[in-house]
Amino acid sequence: MTLAERAYLPAIFQGLSITMRHFFRAATKKQVTVRYPEEKRPFSPIFRGLHVLKRDEVGRERCTACGLCAVACPAEAITMVAGERKKGEENLYREEKYAVSYEVNMLRCIFCGLCEEACPKAAVYLQPDKMAPPRFERDEFIYGKDRLVEPVDPNARSIRGIQLTPEQAQALSQKISQQPA
Amino acid sequence: MIELPTLGWQSIVILVVFGVSLLIATYCTYAERVIAAFLQDRVGPDRAGPFGLLQPLADAVKLFTKEEFFPAGANRALFVLGPCLAMITALMSSAVIPFGNVIQFGTNVFNLQGIEVNIGMLWVFGIVSLGVYGVMIGGWASNNKFSLLGAIRAGSQNISYELAMGMALIAVLMISGTLSLREITLQQSVAGEWHFWNIVKQPLGFIIFLVCAFAETNRTPFDLPECETELVGGYHTEYSSMKMGLYLFAEYVNVFVASAVMSVLYFGGFNFPFQYELRDWLVSAQGWELVSAQNLISILGLLLLFGKIFAFIFFFMWVRWTLPRFRYDQLMRLGWTILIPLAIFNILLTGGLILGGIIK
Repeated sequence: MTLAERAYLPAIFQGLSITMRHFFRAATKKQVTVRYPEEKRPFSPIFRGLHVLKRDEVGRERCTACGLCAVACPAEAITMVAGERKKGEENLYREEKYAVSYEVNMLRCIFCGLCEEACPKAAVYLQPDKMAPPRFERDEFIYGKDRLVEPVDPNARSIRGIQLTPEQAQALSQKISQQPA
Repeated sequence: MIELPTLGWQSIVILVVFGVSLLIATYCTYAERVIAAFLQDRVGPDRAGPFGLLQPLADAVKLFTKEEFFPAGANRALFVLGPCLAMITALMSSAVIPFGNVIQFGTNVFNLQGIEVNIGMLWVFGIVSLGVYGVMIGGWASNNKFSLLGAIRAGSQNISYELAMGMALIAVLMISGTLSLREITLQQSVAGEWHFWNIVKQPLGFIIFLVCAFAETNRTPFDLPECETELVGGYHTEYSSMKMGLYLFAEYVNVFVASAVMSVLYFGGFNFPFQYELRDWLVSAQGWELVSAQNLISILGLLLLFGKIFAFIFFFMWVRWTLPRFRYDQLMRLGWTILIPLAIFNILLTGGLILGGIIK
């Protein structure tokens, strides 16, 4: 090492000048952080979040409890009990068979999306705009039909698709295309 | 005019000094976080109150309401004594720092200083040496190997760097010829004469003193006693709630005191350029009384000293968020093989310059 390097101080001053530049930049430039609860970053278009069990266009549950999603699930997070549709329930369930109970364990789930690929009835989806929220108790992470099935009101339903403004979508697609493969 | 007994005035001043030290230490925790955030392009605390200014209050509530934990096998008395000692020693050294020149009410002259003693510098050094006990006792009483290791590291670090610090100071004392901090301050600016601050006469000594001050206050890059990555936290691993808070607080009080001592020793303390010219101008051109002009100068000097102190505190934080921590052998080598020889060289150099009549 040269004498200047061994004396530490020149390097220290160089480092100090770098941090000082950032100090003044923080006042003028936009910070890299996001004030989370008020501001949210846009989700990526390929984001997979909380599960939803879809209804069809007249409000019947699509799921027929075939169990393909549970078979496809590598984490074995999905369990279900199948039941037969009774007379008079035709407006509730689309097929003769339906899921009496359908549970997803969010602690096991790895949000891989294989269940939605396996589903022949287009019933289960991973929402692109909703994350599994944190909870205090372990059993609160087992989501039953009460929390998975879409609400009947079409306005309250989760929309399959990306909820980005056109500008955000453009910026995001640019960002993704710029990333090295 | 009520005549205040000297002791009464002094006790008021000491209480004010302690209060101010604690207040500054409190807001240092806030400033540290804001500065850290800005240096890293972040936002920093801004939730509690306007600009997050109530954050220290929230921290205090949190620390006071947390569980008080005593580890099994710990010596309870010593365990409590550790943080108390750290805090007491940190506060005590602020008592001798001259925060301002004299203030005069009628015939009463008051020093803006806790205790004016002619061994002020020795007092500071004695108390700083005692501060090691707070850390050592805390580490020992925890009954935890990691705490003990942290305490040993802290103890050896503080003792090593105190040597170099003392030697750097000796060169200042050779120039000033006194240990009284007030005298040292006043010598850096004499009416009618052109006097430089000690930084001009002692640049090398100042750098040594600054580095040692970082080590003495356990600030990065010399924060080995409290490294989470290596020692699970260091000497305060077993401490919780306000006892932990007292240790962290003591560190900030130490930073404040170290900044004050450096401002006094090397940056002219409460003096500022052209203060006597300003006083004389006020008296002659504006028709002020000499006493009120002097009081104004004293108050300006007081504010300016705090400006210098804040600048140093900012520097402490700036360095903390720039430099990584030393490795322990590097730290020891820097102290014993570089700083101490440099300090001795500085003493010889100063002696030579005094003999040669270049500085006095």
